Amino acid sequence: MVDLATTYLGFALRSPIVASASPITDRPDVARRLEDAGAGAVVLPSLFEEEILHEEIQLNRALEAGSEHVAEALDYFPTIEELPNAGDRYVTTLERMKAATSIPVIASLNATSPGGWTHHARRLQDAGADALELNLYHLAVDPSLTSADVEGRDLEIVAAVRAEIDIPLAVKLSPYYSAMAGFASQVVDAGADGLVLFNRFYQPDLDLESFAVVPRVELSSPWELRLPLRWIAILSPHLAGRASLAATSGIASGTDVVKALLVGADVAMTTSALLLHGPEHLATLEAELVTWLTEGEYESVAQLRGSASHATSGDPAAFERAGYWRTLHSWAAPHDLTPSSPSGG
Amino acid sequence: MGAHQHDPCMPPSTVRLARFECIDGNEATARIAHACSEVVAIYPITPASPMAEHADDWSAAGRPNLWGAVPEVLEMQSEAGAAGTLHGALQKGALATTFTASQGLLLMLPNMFKIAGELTPAVIHVAARTIATHALSIFGDHSDVMAARTTAWSMLAAGSVQEAHDFALVAHAATLRSRVPFLHFFDGFRTSHEIGRIAVLDDDDIRALVRDDDVIAHRARAMTPEAPTLRGSAQNPDTFFQAREACNPFHDAVPGIVQEVMDELAERTGRQYQLVEYHGAPDAERVVVVMGSASGAVEEAVDTLVAAGEPVGMVRVRLFHPFPAEQLVAALPLTVRTIAVLDRTKEPGAIGEPLYLEALTAITEAMDVDEPPFATAPRVVGGRYGLSSKELTPAMVGTVFDELAAARPRRRFTVGIYDDVTHLSLPMDGTLRYRRPDGEVQAVFVGLGSDGTVGANKSSVKIIGEGTDLHAQGYFVYDSKKSGSVTVSHLRFGPEPIRSTYLVDDADFVACHQFGLLEKVEVLGYARPGATLLLNSPFGPDQVWEQLPREVQAAILDKGIELWVIDADSVAREVGMGDRINTIMQPCFFELSGVLPPDEAIARIKGSVETAYGRRGRAVVEQNFAAIDAALDHLRHVEVPAAVAGDRTMEHPVPADAPEFVQRVTSLLMRGDGDLLPVSALPVDGVFPTGTARYEKRSIAKQIPIWDPDICIDCGRCAIVCPHATIRMKVFDEAAVADAPDEFLHKAFRSKELADHRLTIQVAPDDCTGCGVCVDVCPAKSKSDVSHKAINMEPAMVHQDLERRRWDHFQTIPDLDRDLLPHDTVKGSQVLRPLFEFSGACAGCGETPYLKLVSQLFGDRMIVANATGCSSIYGGNLPTTPWTVDDHGRGPAWANSLFEDNAEFGLGMRLALDVQGEQARATLRRLAPRLGDVLVDGILDNPQESEPQVHAARDAVDELRRRLPELLDDRDVGTDAAHLLSLAGNLVRQGVWLIGGDGWAYDIGFGGLDHVLSTGRNVNILVLDTEVYSNTGGQASKATPRAAVAKFAAAGKGLGKKDLGAIARSYGNVYVAQISMGANELQTTKALLEADAWPGPSLVIAYSTCIAHGIDMSKSMSHQKDAVRSGYWPLYRFKPTTEDGLPFTLDSKKPTIPIKEFVSSETRFAILQRTDPERAAELAELAQADADERWRYYEQLAGVHRSVPTLHDHEEKR
Repeated sequence: MVDLATTYLGFALRSPIVASASPITDRPDVARRLEDAGAGAVVLPSLFEEEILHEEIQLNRALEAGSEHVAEALDYFPTIEELPNAGDRYVTTLERMKAATSIPVIASLNATSPGGWTHHARRLQDAGADALELNLYHLAVDPSLTSADVEGRDLEIVAAVRAEIDIPLAVKLSPYYSAMAGFASQVVDAGADGLVLFNRFYQPDLDLESFAVVPRVELSSPWELRLPLRWIAILSPHLAGRASLAATSGIASGTDVVKALLVGADVAMTTSALLLHGPEHLATLEAELVTWLTEGEYESVAQLRGSASHATSGDPAAFERAGYWRTLHSWAAPHDLTPSSPSGG
Repeated sequence: MGAHQHDPCMPPSTVRLARFECIDGNEATARIAHACSEVVAIYPITPASPMAEHADDWSAAGRPNLWGAVPEVLEMQSEAGAAGTLHGALQKGALATTFTASQGLLLMLPNMFKIAGELTPAVIHVAARTIATHALSIFGDHSDVMAARTTAWSMLAAGSVQEAHDFALVAHAATLRSRVPFLHFFDGFRTSHEIGRIAVLDDDDIRALVRDDDVIAHRARAMTPEAPTLRGSAQNPDTFFQAREACNPFHDAVPGIVQEVMDELAERTGRQYQLVEYHGAPDAERVVVVMGSASGAVEEAVDTLVAAGEPVGMVRVRLFHPFPAEQLVAALPLTVRTIAVLDRTKEPGAIGEPLYLEALTAITEAMDVDEPPFATAPRVVGGRYGLSSKELTPAMVGTVFDELAAARPRRRFTVGIYDDVTHLSLPMDGTLRYRRPDGEVQAVFVGLGSDGTVGANKSSVKIIGEGTDLHAQGYFVYDSKKSGSVTVSHLRFGPEPIRSTYLVDDADFVACHQFGLLEKVEVLGYARPGATLLLNSPFGPDQVWEQLPREVQAAILDKGIELWVIDADSVAREVGMGDRINTIMQPCFFELSGVLPPDEAIARIKGSVETAYGRRGRAVVEQNFAAIDAALDHLRHVEVPAAVAGDRTMEHPVPADAPEFVQRVTSLLMRGDGDLLPVSALPVDGVFPTGTARYEKRSIAKQIPIWDPDICIDCGRCAIVCPHATIRMKVFDEAAVADAPDEFLHKAFRSKELADHRLTIQVAPDDCTGCGVCVDVCPAKSKSDVSHKAINMEPAMVHQDLERRRWDHFQTIPDLDRDLLPHDTVKGSQVLRPLFEFSGACAGCGETPYLKLVSQLFGDRMIVANATGCSSIYGGNLPTTPWTVDDHGRGPAWANSLFEDNAEFGLGMRLALDVQGEQARATLRRLAPRLGDVLVDGILDNPQESEPQVHAARDAVDELRRRLPELLDDRDVGTDAAHLLSLAGNLVRQGVWLIGGDGWAYDIGFGGLDHVLSTGRNVNILVLDTEVYSNTGGQASKATPRAAVAKFAAAGKGLGKKDLGAIARSYGNVYVAQISMGANELQTTKALLEADAWPGPSLVIAYSTCIAHGIDMSKSMSHQKDAVRSGYWPLYRFKPTTEDGLPFTLDSKKPTIPIKEFVSSETRFAILQRTDPERAAELAELAQADADERWRYYEQLAGVHRSVPTLHDHEEKR
């Protein structure tokens, strides 16, 4: 029997397949089903500080909108003693998730204010999160900000949260940092116990009827795995022993898990496949992983992990710049665009 | 002397210290009622609704009553239903109560007789309100409770917030001891809505008075199968009378029991009350007898006069029934010579009003003994005051005492008005001046409903009343508009208990929270000389003077006013508070008024923000803190110049060409000077002219829509959705604008029917509320900038002068001939003149666009029966009405009867129309030989199915009216001619429209509505379905959908809404349509046309967005659209047919978005996701299932063949 055990953020997991943050990973029943399907751990969807603030301000505005404007209707809603906000609901969810499963439950946080990051991080730890994943999701739209400003701010957040909590801390990064290798290393120095690569930003779309910008959620495609594969391959030798690595985006099959492990990931996180096929699909991934390992006569995941990283790959340049022109040249034109042979002219 | 001089606010030393809170009379009462009840059956009615809401909130939050059970609080379909439920609960031995007012109390009367007849302990708490007579009024007087005085309930009158709290308990305790039910009442608004500082009773106090033995005895009398009894028997002449007399000892015992309870209350609290209480000179010769809140003003007048050496006094009556005759006589000083009994009700036909009659009888009977109490029988006269919350001030009371000093005081008088018709009124220029206690501070704040002024002032009252030793009072006056409504807050603070039960007119501090209101409200009329005036001003201390109206400048100089300004709007914007300037103005008030030291004030304001907003989240609290911190930095003192300057003046509201009635009467009401109108100025029967809203230029919009003709695609959607008819569309011949000024905009009209015509879309800038609905629906966008539409919101200040000129010119262009374009298109309907315009409805109101459209399609031949509710308020609340007339003077005739009876009311109109039409036709037939067949047949044979046919009938009737006078003197046909002349109008087709909200149609008026549907008569019923009681503040109705949170459904409504359309469709011959303008204007228009055309009953259920949904009202129509797109509100028309057919047409497409997407954008649903996410998720799932199931059902209905069985031959014979 192949040994699937791995270590992530200091946790000994039975499997390297982890359910990543998604709209269904806040349901206790799903957590149970994921555990039954063999998940190593589960990450909750992010708590967005912005959501809390927006919700509070908007709700207050709505409740005040019609208040005290006519003698017959001094307000329009019943008096409600307690109005739990998104943060309160998250804590409740977290507690229920913890009660429902014995695998590690990782909370995820995206704050906007410096105080918000630490305040909510502490709250999630107190609510029983086994680990915290910081979701550094933001767009650097201010033209006066430099990349150094952005990176500096992110590092401060990581350091501040690290100082605030005792549980393991993972940081989920976007792929848009200009000096990824160096920055990743600095994030670890700032206190991250692990990196999750990468965050997928939802990109805006336009509705051609209303010309409105509409957010569209698209499930990831397996080709999206290539970006984390590259960077985990590059980073894993540098960060070995310093931080865990999680691959996320495009993990849709057992072979995708294999690839992630090969380049040095400690865990492979999957979202879209579970949304598409249900939590039980995680067992399918595991079965595919086991089949591949068995057929390749691997004894354990540990044996496989990192065996094809930047450092260990037979062709390190393939992960670097050289990979770029090779990819371009690998493109084969369709037949009707193929230049006709001189003889055919 | 019966005079009891103990001050109820000063506890004797043996009594433990009281806990003080600042609450209003409704809450003060509801706290006791909730603690003392097991069943609370409720129904909303102003001004009693908050009592029911509190009870519901507390039970929803699990607050137990005195015995540990959470009272069952249940909303019923009407007050009649609440009374029935109350009766049933009592018979089963429960402690039960309800809250009501006005017509609601009248609906309870039948059960009240029963409950009293069965000697059942019960309490009804009444915020006493005017009974609707010539007009509805939500304000306070005793006409409702006096209508209940024959029910045999004991009646206990509270005159202040403290008394409302204490007497609620006295009532609950005394009813259990006496078995006689109690009606506990206090004055609507003056007491129900006044916030006062009161000593609150705790559970031990309540428990001490509401004795367990009495509770157990009540339960022992309950119905039970273990000891069965028969109640409610039918009795015959042999027994009924004697049985009716059997209860006498119980009623006789009531006064003694009430006094006993009052004495026990005094022992615990130090507050000693008497059934009847005397106050004044021990040797008074002139005495006023009064009941309720007015006793505060009377007491002040008495003290003033006594201090001046006048022998006067007053008697407060607390227990009205059973009337404490002995106690009244005993309370009067032996020296009394003349007595004025003041009644706050009117009983035309009676020899006097009730309190007067009772008092007079008591005194007369007391004198009819061997040793009468008075050497000479005092002369007793009766006066009316205070109907519909009319003020009674100490100065007015002074005129009553003056009258009593006359040799022969009038037997009947009124006080507080000027009666130049029957000359009953006392002089208005009373000379008595009440000097308020040292240290009392009075303040008045003029603001808008939307800016948070009232909320801030309520908080200030609490800060001072609960945080210091000072007494505090807050009273708030709202105008009758739902958009741009002005609020005036009247606050008093002082070391002495505050007795003043009238508005402040001598303020030390006056604030105007909206600069624009300076031109509309005489703000400094409230100020005493030397007062401080604080303005929220966009102009700084150096610029503000010349921006003030000259009248305001003059008043500042005359009164020596100290002036301060702050640009609160800018501060609010900077901290993200939008229009809410409350927490910016509040610190400035404390700073300038000196009521509290500044640092302490800031700390307490922040504390109150924590209390008020803490549960809504840190973000809201922090935002308010930022506003508070920024406030004082922006406060500026103004050095007042020596002279008036600038050219601004207070607005003159009425143009010179307005009708005489508007000039003489309406203009005063609009200016806020209605109190000055004499009796002769007002219609004797409540009949008012329509077409008056156009003269009330309110200019409330900060942004108005501006048209860009280059982008416009002529769709007319902006016009059809405009809730206030302020976006107008006109199509006209080129010639009509030949002489138009260049600044007047028009464009080529895209139309097959009308080539070479021009089109203008024009805003009425002073009538627009700035809601933005037109811009939201405009589909035409600039090719180069998608944010620029064919209509765009722009700052009113920048555009209003130009737009006023454009609007003036627009009005000179004649309307398009109604027959030139088909009416069943958006464009075609929108060139028709709206005969419903400029209402005071909320900005973005979802109801009014339907009314406007109906008025465009049928306004010149419609009669409206309008149920009480939002539509009767924005439709018929003085000073003006939006219902108006066309150039021929024709327009909707409108009437409101009640809330519960509107369907029947409208049916009556139909019956009258039918019988008078038949009579007119028969008479016309008889006169045919004299009038000629051409004219007569032309009228009788015209089916009037199309508008041109109606126009032809109208022309023919005009001809008939010209011809008939020549027959009047004819011996043979003169009488016929005279009758036909008076009935001729009925020969032109008229439509009867029964209009109301869901509270009417689904709940209180449903029985009547159902019956009207069953009659088959030709009425058109338009239900403006906001899915909630909008007018009274968002209580659940049977139209409230599953998963929505509403008052009385705080936990989210668990069951789905009633399918009213299905009930109506079950008749088979009723036209039924479900419409939503925002989703499909065309279907809406078609449905209304079909409803009008259908010769039987029609029911149109119109989805109406409402401020009570908690939505951004500028997106009103988008919400309507999403309601349909999600399948939440399917559109359909059920068109009965006599032939076999498919009467049900599903007009909306299969849902394209989930219900979740629709509901998540509305606070009424979203709030549950916050408070109870699990229940929210469950209910959301059920709501989706409801929608799925409804869609499946309706899809099947669309394939169902039905026809209306008709005896064709029989019909033809008729």
